[in-house]
Amino acid sequence: MSTTTAPTGLLGRRLRLRRPSLIAAAAGGILVFWIGAALLVPALLPHSPVDFISDDSFEAPSARTWLGTDYLGRDLLARLISAARSTLLISFLATLGAHLIGDTLGILAALRGGWLAAVLERGAEVMLSLPKLIVGLVVIALVGPSATVLVLVTAGVYAATVFRIARAIALDLVTLDYIRAARLRGESMAWVMFGELLPNMLPLLAADFALRMSFSILFMSNLSFLGLGVQPPMADWGGLVRENLEGLASGSLASVYPTIAIASVTISLNLLVDRWGSRGGAGEMRT
Amino acid sequence: MSQELLRVERLTIGPRQGGPAIVQDVSFSAAQGEIVALIGESGSGKTTVSLAALGHARRGLAFRAGSVHVDGVDMTRAGREDLRRMRGRIVSYVAQSAAAAFNPAFRLSAQVTEPARLHQSRPRPAALAAAVELYRRFDLPEPERIGERYVHEVSGGQLQRFMLTMAMIEQPRLIVFDEPTSALDPTTQVEVLAAIRAAMRGQRAAAIFVSHDLPVVAQLADRIVVMRRGRVVEQGPARTILETPSQDYTRSLLQALRQRGKDSSPRAAARFPPVLEAKNISVGFGRGDAAVLAVDRVSMAVHPGEIVAVVGESGSGKTTLAHSLVGLHAPLTGGILLDGVALPGRFQLRSRDERRRIQMVFQSADTALNPSHTIGQILGRVLKLYFNMDRQARAARVRELLGLVHLRPEHAQSKPGQLSGGEKQRVNLARALAASPDVLICDEVTSALDTVIADGVMRLIATLCRERRLGIVMICHDLTAVAGLADEVKVMRRGVVVEEGRPDDVFCAPRHPYTRMLISSIPQLRAGWLDEALAARHGLEASKISSLELMDTSE
Repeated sequence: MSTTTAPTGLLGRRLRLRRPSLIAAAAGGILVFWIGAALLVPALLPHSPVDFISDDSFEAPSARTWLGTDYLGRDLLARLISAARSTLLISFLATLGAHLIGDTLGILAALRGGWLAAVLERGAEVMLSLPKLIVGLVVIALVGPSATVLVLVTAGVYAATVFRIARAIALDLVTLDYIRAARLRGESMAWVMFGELLPNMLPLLAADFALRMSFSILFMSNLSFLGLGVQPPMADWGGLVRENLEGLASGSLASVYPTIAIASVTISLNLLVDRWGSRGGAGEMRT
Repeated sequence: MSQELLRVERLTIGPRQGGPAIVQDVSFSAAQGEIVALIGESGSGKTTVSLAALGHARRGLAFRAGSVHVDGVDMTRAGREDLRRMRGRIVSYVAQSAAAAFNPAFRLSAQVTEPARLHQSRPRPAALAAAVELYRRFDLPEPERIGERYVHEVSGGQLQRFMLTMAMIEQPRLIVFDEPTSALDPTTQVEVLAAIRAAMRGQRAAAIFVSHDLPVVAQLADRIVVMRRGRVVEQGPARTILETPSQDYTRSLLQALRQRGKDSSPRAAARFPPVLEAKNISVGFGRGDAAVLAVDRVSMAVHPGEIVAVVGESGSGKTTLAHSLVGLHAPLTGGILLDGVALPGRFQLRSRDERRRIQMVFQSADTALNPSHTIGQILGRVLKLYFNMDRQARAARVRELLGLVHLRPEHAQSKPGQLSGGEKQRVNLARALAASPDVLICDEVTSALDTVIADGVMRLIATLCRERRLGIVMICHDLTAVAGLADEVKVMRRGVVVEEGRPDDVFCAPRHPYTRMLISSIPQLRAGWLDEALAARHGLEASKISSLELMDTSE
């Protein structure tokens, strides 16, 4: 509208003049690299991640083992890449789960209101008030660690946050006339939720998805570091850090590589979200 | 000869990346004390030209050629610092939506005197005193104290006058008015127009007044520049343009204005029994003692092939009435009958077929159409839900519906964001028609549209009404738009119907003073209308007591 362009003009010009982002391209490249590595590379590697190929622990990088060996003399490169697979897959599934639960309940609470919304909101507040790591530890200690349990726990822990976000986005939309029109003509609740509301929430939810995935990678890494994540002989990145921690004393970088891997993925995800948000892709809701 | 304050010369503005110009070769000028009106439909480039006077080009646009001199400075070439010095002080801006221009967290006087603070032109007390002086001139109540209020504590018309104060506080040389009254209902518009006239009287400033509303412009402008597709069609003294226009386009604008609201379609010879009736319904907000009645014992009967118009200013309860008819807001007392059978108050309790037969056309097509869906999906959804049509049958019917509202079949693939305001409103109408309803409730369906486009939509509704024997309830604040179309008019004020009858009777011989004021508020092309409208308002103030009595006796 003409009314708002006058004050924002200068700022807008500056935003637009920013170069097509190298940062975004780099971040995207890093993610594609890890996903590709996780999917394709394990078959190509000369060593299995669980074979003991050396009698020495923390062997230095060589032509045979590019990143050296770990504390039990296994090929670190093979372990790093197989850990990429478990880390990315579990965190992706966990985030998907958190969004499936959180988005559905969030939209429902915004649309229905009343006692249902009150119950859901109080429930989410209870969940949010509990420390996530402690909840994870207790549940895994009770049920025992497995990939499935990890996915479910991570999904459950983040569902409350996602619920709050989805509800807040949906609340802005439910008062619009197209929602009113849909309810008035007698559409089912499911159609109003997923046919009318969800498509208009997607840009913001997708941004949250990327952010949430980086959180769940960190959360899983924490659990693995404490020994409750992916169980030996397999490992995720957090587990690799823990296993090889003692190598630091003898000057081995074996626990640093997985740290860099975690950092590269989470930072890339965050940069992409920021980039998208400033482009207006996520910042602007389609109302 | 008075001093020339604004000179626009051969101004051309176009997209930065190249492509056809949005504004081409526009030249005009304004002298001290002169109001120049830029007239044209949406997309004619009038707002783009007016913003150029502030040295501003919208995102993605650039000044390509020509110049805009304000008080001797070329705004198209001025640097950022020069623009800062000029804006708010030498040239100021009054936007269409005052509500969007004020910060709800600060007192109004602080915001109104901000230009003085920014430019450090005078101490705060002096600026506040100047503001109070302007409040008084603009006829705001309690001028000494009203500045202490916040945005939500004043009315829309008052807020627009605060924006006027903000624009005037530094005594600028040029004021740009960008559709300053388009978002207001007619009675409020009169107040603001009076304030603008008071503001300009005896000023050493010039003004640009952007509008699509010729009658409004006729009251204020000294000169008129008619624009179309980025070019000047013609310009000249206001009287000349309005009385003896030389260009066909200007003549067609004036012609459309004269024919507004005239309906040529034949009416049904015999009257059918009413399809929808409301009997003494009262609708309220809140509960118990705190309840406020928005609709107070209103009755109406909608016959097939007839239009019932409900008019009144904002807050008169007409939208609440519409909502209660479709079941969005259940009445507290009274009943709603469809074909003589009582309907449940809440839509959730009505059967699917009952819902299908009463369709609502929402006010704002921008929020009534889901931006993620294509037009084909929006219309098809209704067909699937009510008639369970298969894909092919839906596609065929969607084409038919688009034709009915004068849209092309290709529009089925578009999303609402790709359509113009008028096209969106037609889709909105088509969606209601997709249900093959017996009654259409139209809530201010044309209030966001230009006069010419709005008139087209109104005629379309009237034609559909006659041809398909639709019963129509037309909620409207624009009396001229319904005067010739409606079969029955109800005038609402504060939830009560104060006058009803055939449109000819209501418009030609209004009995209630409120109706008289509403009618006088409709902008007229002839000079002197504004004074008459103001006189009628004061008449209403004086007769407030008698009108209250009148309401009492009607109960």
